[in-house]
Amino acid sequence: MIEPIKPPPRKNPLLRTRLPASPPRPRSRISHGFTRAAAEGRFMLQCCAACGSFAYPAREACPSCLSAGLAFVDAPRRGTLLAETTARVPSDVYFRERAPWRIGLVKMDCGPTIVTHLHADCAEGAAVRMSLQLDKSGQAVAFAHPEGETPNMADDKQWREMTADPKFRRVLVTNGRSVIGQEVVAALKAAGAKTVFVGVAEPWRPFAGEKLLRGQDGIEIVTLDAADEKSAADLAADIGGKVDILVNTTEYVRPGGLLDRRGTSTARDEIDQAYLGFINLAQAFGPAMRMRGADGISNSAAWVNILSIYALANWPAFGAYSASQAACLSLSHCLRAELRPGGVRVMNLFTGPVDTEWFQTVPPPKVAPRAIAQAIVSGLRGGLEEMYVGDVAEEIRQRLAANPKALERELDR
Amino acid sequence: MTNTLRTPYDGVAIAAPVTIPYVRYSIESAQWWIGRALSALVAQAGIKASDIDGLCVSSFTMGTDSGVGLTQHFGLCVRWLDTIPLGGASAIAGLRKAARAVQAHDADIVACVAGDTNYVDSFRLTLENFSRFNQDAVYPYGAGGANASFALIARNYMRTFGVTREDVGRIAVAQRTNALRNPYALMKTPLTLEQYLAARPISDPIHLFDCVMPCAGAEAFLVMRDETATSLGLPAARLLSTIERHNAFADDPMQVRGGWAMDIGELYAMAGVKPDDLDVVQTYDDYPVITMMQFEDLGFCKKGEGAEFVRQHDLTIDGDFPHNTSGGQLSVGQAGAAGAYLGLVEGLRQVLGTAGPTQVSNASVALASGFGMINYDRGLASGAAILAGPSR
Repeated sequence: MIEPIKPPPRKNPLLRTRLPASPPRPRSRISHGFTRAAAEGRFMLQCCAACGSFAYPAREACPSCLSAGLAFVDAPRRGTLLAETTARVPSDVYFRERAPWRIGLVKMDCGPTIVTHLHADCAEGAAVRMSLQLDKSGQAVAFAHPEGETPNMADDKQWREMTADPKFRRVLVTNGRSVIGQEVVAALKAAGAKTVFVGVAEPWRPFAGEKLLRGQDGIEIVTLDAADEKSAADLAADIGGKVDILVNTTEYVRPGGLLDRRGTSTARDEIDQAYLGFINLAQAFGPAMRMRGADGISNSAAWVNILSIYALANWPAFGAYSASQAACLSLSHCLRAELRPGGVRVMNLFTGPVDTEWFQTVPPPKVAPRAIAQAIVSGLRGGLEEMYVGDVAEEIRQRLAANPKALERELDR
Repeated sequence: MTNTLRTPYDGVAIAAPVTIPYVRYSIESAQWWIGRALSALVAQAGIKASDIDGLCVSSFTMGTDSGVGLTQHFGLCVRWLDTIPLGGASAIAGLRKAARAVQAHDADIVACVAGDTNYVDSFRLTLENFSRFNQDAVYPYGAGGANASFALIARNYMRTFGVTREDVGRIAVAQRTNALRNPYALMKTPLTLEQYLAARPISDPIHLFDCVMPCAGAEAFLVMRDETATSLGLPAARLLSTIERHNAFADDPMQVRGGWAMDIGELYAMAGVKPDDLDVVQTYDDYPVITMMQFEDLGFCKKGEGAEFVRQHDLTIDGDFPHNTSGGQLSVGQAGAAGAYLGLVEGLRQVLGTAGPTQVSNASVALASGFGMINYDRGLASGAAILAGPSR
């Protein structure tokens, strides 16, 4: 039974902010099969193609038949907690400052036994449901949950280390002029965020949906034009130490590719807004977020990017836009590596065309802005790193994995 | 008793038990400790270093060195060499390999040595880099090290067989009593059962006095043929039998028995002795609950009766079941891989009658066991040996 966490008191500015430490990071190469699964919230184990037995920890050959055909497959999540212990004096700094820390050994229904982090409501001898999570090192770890729902389950101390739950956290949504931005603000507020700062460039200029933001409890409109280096820096000077989650909702969608859109002025705008805007935001807010990764219950926890699925495969109809998104995707991996020492996760949410003005001519299916907002909340609560929202994004992902050349040819229509 | 087709260890002599007294922390390297042990072997046996033509070495903290680097380091020219990375099973494994080497005349005098240093951070580094499965799937979970891994095993074992902390504590308390007679033991104050029970928890149900203290030190002995020992005028023990097993009972969901249970019939059959014939027993005691498991798996009682066995026997030097007479790793300290040697070297002293203050009177047959390498969820390596002194 878990006590609900309480809203953190106002921070005492005289006290030192605890610097983040990371849990042990080294892993074998093959064991990053779990990292891939955890990034997307899947539970995968190695399963032998020859004899069908599941294996764990990550192996190079099947311990039942020595076959090398050990693919990671989605696996049944149910198991039984055989034994637990509470580590009270760990040898590593990260765990030492979080001790006591509970771990256990779970016998999976599908065979292997797994050393795992435990949710507080897991009981010895009882069934558990396993997941793979990314810890504060960004590495995959096993996590055992009680089989059913329990009160205040998401407030478990060990679980909160694995996630970036918006509850009691302060969030910066970088662009409140867009429908997506407004939906994200509403969803985060509903998810228990303490404060949502909403960036609006030139806020004296009226905009659609303004009423949803202005004068609302826990929502603060702040001046931010991400494409403007000084604007981002000014805002960070003001609220940089209070941003626990940053959701980059910058949008700049223009149709066209190379040959039929003469000159570079539109391309330059795309780069200014999306790519350089990302750099400005990262340089303004990243350093403080990385410092505050262990700053109590409302530590800085996540950076969210909303990217076009065409970052992964160029869609010539929106070819230059696709390229700007690919640049942002690449940059996000750099940001992920640089925020990692702070335990701050970078979540990329990939979407197909959104049901907004600039995709007016694109046939359905299109993604509703609200679906993106809800996915962000569920991704933060689940501690994910990659999300594919909507049917188009999911389909592109699958086609890309199946045959990238086929996808390239077929996007050219 | 099982029949065995294995060749007896006829003509094998074990001599020159060496312990380089332990220290909690050392600024010297593992190579320094191993060097001291080799020097002591040579001095005790009255040989020259150049007489050593076989070397078997175990260490966790030699860095990039293996046995071959040590030959040049120490000016040895050997024709038989082994580096054994089996943790707590290294001594038994080294002994049985060396025994076969001298029996086959591949070598005449094999020095078996284990030594480790303990810098202030070397234990943590050993934990971090212990094994691939450990690095992938154990250490990132609370970084509790062996304490946490054995806590899971202990909890399951204690619950399954109704064992209490008090039962387990008797083993630790008796060993401390023994250690008070060993001038080299790092633990020098008495331990009562009350103190044991009141100790702070480390990783439930493992409490402070269930844990060994990491330290620096070295242990060694020589293996040769009878005639070599005789010509050197060296008192020597005979090797009656050995067993070794790795990754036994892989289908047990949790470890409640070690590999000894697979091979115990052979251990006694080959030696031609029964558990009752043993005068002294040295188990591998990284956690007393593992010792209790060994009492069962080594045939002193049935599975599940370890607690009752401990209640019924006095495990001290003067008791009816002299066990870990030096004080064991729990009270002497765990000098890395030398911890594997501690019991075997002490057992060797016992049957040679040279154990001094910890000597069990008239000890002539000793059993020493080893256990090591908690690679993932269980200790993988197990072994045991039975030695007989010249009086038998």
